[in-house]
Amino acid sequence: MDQHIAGAIENINPPGTTVMRSRKSQGVVRRLVSIIVQRLALAVASLFVVSLIIFGSVTLLPGNYATAVLGQSATPESVAAFERELGLDRPAVERYVSWISGAVKGDFGASFTSRGDSKRYVSAMVAPRLFNTMFLAAIVAIIAVPLSIFLGVICAFYRNGWVDRILNSTTLTVISVPEFFVAYILTYFVIMRDNFVMTGWAQALPTWLSEWLATGFAAIPAFPILSDVAPDMGFIDRLWMITLPALTLGLVTVAYMMRMTRAAIMNLLATPYVEMAHLKGVSPFSIIVRHALPNAWGPIAYVVTVNLAYLITGVVVVEVVFVYPGAGQLLVDAVRSRDIPVVQACTLIFASAYILLNLVTDIVTIVTNPRLLHPR
Amino acid sequence: MSTTINPVTQRKPFKPGRSRRTRIWKAFARAPLTAWFGVVVVACYAVVALFAPMIAPYGEAQVFPEAFAPWSSEFMLGTDQLGRDVLTRLIYGARNTLGIAVITTALSFFFGVSLGLVAALFKGWVDQVLSRSIDIVLSIPGLIFSLMLLAIFGSNIWSLILIIAVLDSTNFYRLARTSGLSVASMEFIEAARLRGERPSWIVFREILPNILPPLVAEAGLRFCFVFLTISALSFLGVGIQPPTADWGSMVRENATLITYGDITPLLPAAAIGLLTVAVNFVVDWFLHNISGFKDEH
Repeated sequence: MDQHIAGAIENINPPGTTVMRSRKSQGVVRRLVSIIVQRLALAVASLFVVSLIIFGSVTLLPGNYATAVLGQSATPESVAAFERELGLDRPAVERYVSWISGAVKGDFGASFTSRGDSKRYVSAMVAPRLFNTMFLAAIVAIIAVPLSIFLGVICAFYRNGWVDRILNSTTLTVISVPEFFVAYILTYFVIMRDNFVMTGWAQALPTWLSEWLATGFAAIPAFPILSDVAPDMGFIDRLWMITLPALTLGLVTVAYMMRMTRAAIMNLLATPYVEMAHLKGVSPFSIIVRHALPNAWGPIAYVVTVNLAYLITGVVVVEVVFVYPGAGQLLVDAVRSRDIPVVQACTLIFASAYILLNLVTDIVTIVTNPRLLHPR
Repeated sequence: MSTTINPVTQRKPFKPGRSRRTRIWKAFARAPLTAWFGVVVVACYAVVALFAPMIAPYGEAQVFPEAFAPWSSEFMLGTDQLGRDVLTRLIYGARNTLGIAVITTALSFFFGVSLGLVAALFKGWVDQVLSRSIDIVLSIPGLIFSLMLLAIFGSNIWSLILIIAVLDSTNFYRLARTSGLSVASMEFIEAARLRGERPSWIVFREILPNILPPLVAEAGLRFCFVFLTISALSFLGVGIQPPTADWGSMVRENATLITYGDITPLLPAAAIGLLTVAVNFVVDWFLHNISGFKDEH
């Protein structure tokens, strides 16, 4: 992923080429539109290929599709009935067309868990959970993105100072441990709030220290350690329920984004035009905010989307830890019970979100980077 | 996080009279404290993984009557939900988790580097086909893709290893291709071609030695990612299956203990974190050595 950043940074030009822009603004707009249309077409094409992969990989299923569901002891008649019910006796192209045209309308067919007349539709299973996942991811993004850009700039400004060192080592630790470790550590703190006095630690440590720790733990609010949100919950209640998962995801994404923002700005600080600004007496703060940051927007946009994309996969683990009823948990349950239609639906949704995010990064990088608009 | 290094321009000048052994020894002597820490931790893990049956007090799947026993002299870290000794499971877990991660990274390295070099050498439509397929693989989030493939192929160790190795080889592919392309356009490759050397000779004697250092550093970092991915998948219950001891599933199986204020379930997670940090330190030091320039630190 860093090569991407490095590539983007190489393309960034010192200010000055922007003068060209005003003279040829008409041509620039047209070129911009054509580039964006090109990227859109590319995104649609890759979405198509991804949907082909997701659909096609099911035909790779070892053994029969029906026996995988009904078990080895299924009679040939029930297998045939099952296949007819799912439309497996039709040719693959026809099945793909009906699957994808349904998927576009939000209809992914019936889950394997439906038996006989009691149909369970994939869309009805996914929709409420998808909303929960989006809610969690949105809350995390709203808090984490500005915070990490701010911290990244601070780190680049006080580089190698104590703020930078502390944040650097903390974030390295956070990104090196698994997400579920961060999640359980937070849970442990919340549990210690009520239980610390009863644990062996309280007896083993000196009295003053354990008292001090006890007051510290008592100051932690009693966050719910299981995030069982109900559909009829109000916004504030919901927010309270997801504090711990949001905090876990927030810590991990801020750690990544902050490090990458710092790296992007540090890379720019090594360029000749920043040295020039430095030599002509521009203040360090102004160098970062006025000279480095405007050119870093492209790389930072890349960093942000990489992390939003990370959020898509990160939610899976965190949702399982806190038993949060999101799409990630549904996907894991479906993988365990090999409920292929649900797996396909979730994968397609997550992959489309990912492709969409990458499209947005591409466009932001182009719009904020003058050089890409003026290829030599 | 990796940095791209141009291995050709940043070679240290040749100094006569220094054998490989003295150079390695000098590098160790100048190593920072973090690197020493990293090397020692990695060595400890390797020893534990290799000699697990000799170190572990009990058998891997040996069940005792008392489940969730507290820490005692008999069971140093207590027992788990089925009454198995946690310390024993931790030691065997090092062997299983590390072994699988090493095999996966090695396979991934092999796939990625060979395809990347093929793309860099043959260019043209071979490169186009390979690179576009890699782009498609990269356009599906890794963990989600591996979950889907695991649902299709079922959760057994070999499908786990192959799926992660193939999905992760994209990183090696891209690094091998870009650095391979820059080396392949050098004059000495042209000279070797004109001399009439075989393509295999050019790859193994000219290109590979020049692009190996950044690839090795990348392998260290990818090992951490692979390790974390396998742990995450096992934690989700779709990775390494019981009764094989594994750190990810140990956390999951004993997670209820945390609600009673017991930190035993956190130990395997901490073991994962410690190894990842240690490998990162070693890779940083390695990158610092091969890059040949000293930054501000």
